[in-house]
Amino acid sequence: MPQQTPSQTVGPFFAIALTPEDYGFQPIAGCELTAGDTPGERMRIEGRVLDGRGEPVADALLDLWQADCAGRYPRVPGGGGRAFTGFGRCATDAAGKFRFLTVKPGRVEASQAPHAVLAVFARGLPGHLFTRIYFSDEPGNATDPVLSGVDAARRETLIAQRRDTPDGAVYRFDIRLQGGAETVFFDA
Amino acid sequence: MSAGREAAKKIGPRDWSGHPPYLYLPYRSTEFRAPSKPLVPLARAISELTAPVFGESSVGALDNDLTRNAVKNGAALGERITVSGRILEESGRPVRGALVEIWQANAAGRYVHVNDRHDAPLDPNFHGAGRCLTGANGEYRFTTIRPGAYPWKNHANAWRPAHIHFSLFGNAFAARLVTQMYFPGDPLHDLDPVLHCVRSAAARQRLVARFSMEKTQPERALGFEFDIVLRGPQATPLES
Ligand SMILES: [Fe+2]
Repeated sequence: MPQQTPSQTVGPFFAIALTPEDYGFQPIAGCELTAGDTPGERMRIEGRVLDGRGEPVADALLDLWQADCAGRYPRVPGGGGRAFTGFGRCATDAAGKFRFLTVKPGRVEASQAPHAVLAVFARGLPGHLFTRIYFSDEPGNATDPVLSGVDAARRETLIAQRRDTPDGAVYRFDIRLQGGAETVFFDA
Repeated sequence: MSAGREAAKKIGPRDWSGHPPYLYLPYRSTEFRAPSKPLVPLARAISELTAPVFGESSVGALDNDLTRNAVKNGAALGERITVSGRILEESGRPVRGALVEIWQANAAGRYVHVNDRHDAPLDPNFHGAGRCLTGANGEYRFTTIRPGAYPWKNHANAWRPAHIHFSLFGNAFAARLVTQMYFPGDPLHDLDPVLHCVRSAAARQRLVARFSMEKTQPERALGFEFDIVLRGPQATPLES
C-alpha cells in the first residue's frame, strides 16, 4: 500500500502561487468568501498569528473551510466564480494580522455548534496545524462534542470573541502557535 | 446519501512515522513556532472529512506550463523539464479533480517575492507558479524550468537543495498537504535541515522525484516523475 507523502514547510515565498493578488494574478480563493447575494449573517473574522515569544508571524498562510449559513458544505468549484465556496485563504501581514469576510456558518450536525475549520501553514512549521473556530455568542458551544473534549482551561482559545460594529459582526480569533496561551491544535 | 455524506467517509490518521515533528531545532525557525503542547485528538467529522472542490474555472489554459505562463518578451531561461505523476490516496485510489499548486525559484535560485533578497537575477519571463487539476487517473503534469539551489540564513553557508513546493487538496480537508519535491542525486540533500525535518530516511526518499527517460521529450525537456500519496479511506472499510 502506498505510504503518505511527508509534509514540508510552506516556506516564506508562497505568495506568487497561493496569494498572488499582489503580483497581479487571480487566486483560487481569497480572504473574501462572500459575494453580494450570499445568504447569511455577514461577519468578519480577524486576528493575529503569534509565535512563542509573542512576536507576529508575518508569513503565515491560513486556509479556512466552513459551511454555508444553512450548515451545508458547498460543492461549488472555486476560482473565478462569485458563488460561495466555503473556502477562503489569507496570508498574514507584517503585523501577523489576517481577516476573512464571510458569513456565519450554520450547524453542520444538530449536536455540533457552528464552527469553521482552519489550517495554519508557515515558515518554521514543517507540517501545518489544524484548529477550529467557534463563536462566542453560540449557546451550542456548551454541548459541542469537540469543545467539550478539550481541557476546559484551553477551550477559550477556540472561541472567537464577537463584537458588534457599524460594519457588522467582528469575531476576534488570535492564533498562538506556542506557549502558555497556546491555541488548541488538533490531530485532525 | 447526500454529497456531503458521501464525502464524509472516515480517513486514516496522519502517519507520524513519516510526517515531520513540529520541533526540529536544526531548522531554526521551528524553535518559537512549534506548539509546545501535544495535538488534541479529534474524532474527525464532516468538517474535516469534506473539502473544497475545484473545477475547470479554477485553472487557466497555461497554468500548468511555467515556461509560458509569465512570458513578457522572450523564453523563460534555464533547463526545461516536465514534472508529472499521480495523486493517490493510501488505498492506491487516484484522487480525481484534485487541485495541485506549485511554486519554485527560477533557474538562478531566485523567487518572485518581495522578501527574497538573494543576489541572483530575476527572469522577467518566469514567475515560478503553476496549478492544475488531476485527471481521471489522478495524473498531473507541469512543464517548468529546473529551479536553482539558493542560500538561506539558517546557519553558516546554508543552501537549500533545488526543490519545487507543492500544495494539494484531497477529498477531505484533513488530507490537505503542503510539501516539497526534490531532484535525484543532489549533494545538498544530506545537509538540508528542511528535508531532514522528516526523520525517516525512507520517508525522505518519498520526497525525491525520479528521473524518467520515458517522460523525457526529445529535443525538448527532461522528465521527472513524482507521485504524491494523501491520506484517505484506508483499504479496510471502516464503520462510519
Ligand atoms: Fe523554497
